[in-house]
Amino acid sequence: MKIESTQKPFLLTAEGVNKSFSGFKAITDLNFYLDAGELRTVIGPNGAGKTTFLDLITGRTKPDTGKIEFEGSHDVTRMNEYQIYRLGIGRKFQTPTVYTDHSVWENLLLSLEGSRGVWYSLFHRPDSAERDRMDEILKIINLDTQRDWKAGALAHGQKQWLEIGMLLAQNAKLLLVDEPAAGMTDVETHKTGELLLSLAGEHTIVVIEHDMVFVRQIAAGRKVTVLHQGSVLCEGSVDEVQNNERVLDVYLGRKKRHT
Amino acid sequence: MKRNISKLELALATIIALVLVVGLPVLNATDVVGNFTINLWGKYLCYGLLAISVDLLWGYTGLLSLGQALFFSLGGYMLGMNLMLMIGKDGQYYKAGNNPNLLPDFMVFLGHTFLPSFWRPFNSFPIAVMMVVIVPGVLALIFGFFAFRSRIKGVYFSILTQALTYAAYIFLLQNDVTMGGNNGFTDFKRILGFDIRHPATQRGLYIATALLLVAVYAFARWLTTTKFGLVQRAIRDSETRVLFSGYAAANYKLFIFVVASTVAALGGALYVPQVGIINPSELATDKSLEAVVWCAVGGRGTIIGPIIGAISVNALKSWATTKYPDYWLIILGVLFILIVLFMPKGIVGLPAQLRALFKRKPGAPELAPVPAAEAANAKS
Repeated sequence: MKIESTQKPFLLTAEGVNKSFSGFKAITDLNFYLDAGELRTVIGPNGAGKTTFLDLITGRTKPDTGKIEFEGSHDVTRMNEYQIYRLGIGRKFQTPTVYTDHSVWENLLLSLEGSRGVWYSLFHRPDSAERDRMDEILKIINLDTQRDWKAGALAHGQKQWLEIGMLLAQNAKLLLVDEPAAGMTDVETHKTGELLLSLAGEHTIVVIEHDMVFVRQIAAGRKVTVLHQGSVLCEGSVDEVQNNERVLDVYLGRKKRHT
Repeated sequence: MKRNISKLELALATIIALVLVVGLPVLNATDVVGNFTINLWGKYLCYGLLAISVDLLWGYTGLLSLGQALFFSLGGYMLGMNLMLMIGKDGQYYKAGNNPNLLPDFMVFLGHTFLPSFWRPFNSFPIAVMMVVIVPGVLALIFGFFAFRSRIKGVYFSILTQALTYAAYIFLLQNDVTMGGNNGFTDFKRILGFDIRHPATQRGLYIATALLLVAVYAFARWLTTTKFGLVQRAIRDSETRVLFSGYAAANYKLFIFVVASTVAALGGALYVPQVGIINPSELATDKSLEAVVWCAVGGRGTIIGPIIGAISVNALKSWATTKYPDYWLIILGVLFILIVLFMPKGIVGLPAQLRALFKRKPGAPELAPVPAAEAANAKS
């Protein structure tokens, strides 16, 4: 069981976070702590506030109350999207969000780590180290032969891979990955899981997922967080949460289950 | 990287550039092409600059600015101020003996006896040229800063640019601002000491316009191949994603807005000495809208498209306004609708459209436009 001690500062802390959308409480008194190097899986029924939580971390929406701190010193609730990105927080969206009119290669180029300034963008040409890095990513995400394709022409699963590749290019400290396996075949899903596992440790990763086979693959021996009605219902290993009475009640939609 | 400039494009562009910069002037100097024609083409090429300005914003960045005629006109006004002061002793009031301080005639008419202080630097041609760039550029910078910082997008941005243009129109109409009011500036006599109506001077102005257009084309073409160009198009297609890729989209939009407005201003500055007049009617709504139509007709999202559009629509306008003067706006409107419906990529996109049409066998299902190389890749 890899549940680290709290001696090390958390990479991400969310405390007392509330967010409501015109009366609907999407996030209620949420407390969430994430260690550096962790691969955390977040599960929860529809409407549990999983995606809203990522929106709050990445600056897409602002919380009503509460604070979210990155690396102890940066309060991301006071920053906008690109400032948060520049702290080293990258995100893959639920529906694959790639630049459909740009080629696969250009999508990676736009995501590659480096300055985001206007002057830099005018005069910087990718050097050989950067091109090698992109070649490497193309191989990892299995889109090497489609590098000149328009991203819009890719299949759904390939777009998911491209977006993961964009996260790799960014080389973020914290990767927020929203439903990476949606629309993928079983084989692809398994490969996605392996990719995420290979990144864990070097990067800190939060994965939101519904597919329990996939969750079992990536969360083996790791912590899983269950969200329900905008707050943490329970945390623990996959087996623990799957046998937790409250989880069974709300998430698996059953009153009781005998094991 | 892809989207690099191909040899074919380079060759074509060079030939067209040579025809415009060298060919036409030589034919004019040898009396093959008339002075009227060269003057008309000078005007078209100025409009080409305005069209590129609209396209850099609309076609490449998704910012439909309905105010580029404002920057075009401001550029014209700035150079016009120098031209007005250069009238000097040829002014009607001076000849009549009641304008000892050599004011522009309209000021004497309004009862001024001294030149307003902000006019004085415009006695210098280089300063006037600097102002052609600075005044529209700074206005674009200030307006763009607030608009983009507030994340004003889409149709709201279009309305705001139109409102700014209208405000400037009202402002320039007033006689108190000493910018010529309703009549604007006209009756120019000389530019840089040369007789402005002389065919050689007009030919020089034409050559300057053609050179500038070639330079702006090259610049814009280069810009689209840089990473900046990639970000520009990314903003057009998915601005939210751009923010989540770490780019401050507002800075990119501000940069291109200032650049595009400066291009329009330079076009306007060359336009005024060639048509011989600038007044607030150049800021009217339909002027900005026409520039949008040129882009759509030629093919937005390309650099050559707007130039082709500006020339062809204005050639059509020259013909239609003499043949059917009452129907020009209707013709323009119908043209715009037809282009949007049936030729979304404009004249530039027509060859590819026709090729696709003939390639597809009757009855065969419509194929997604995947190039042959890609289809081959897909099989392997």
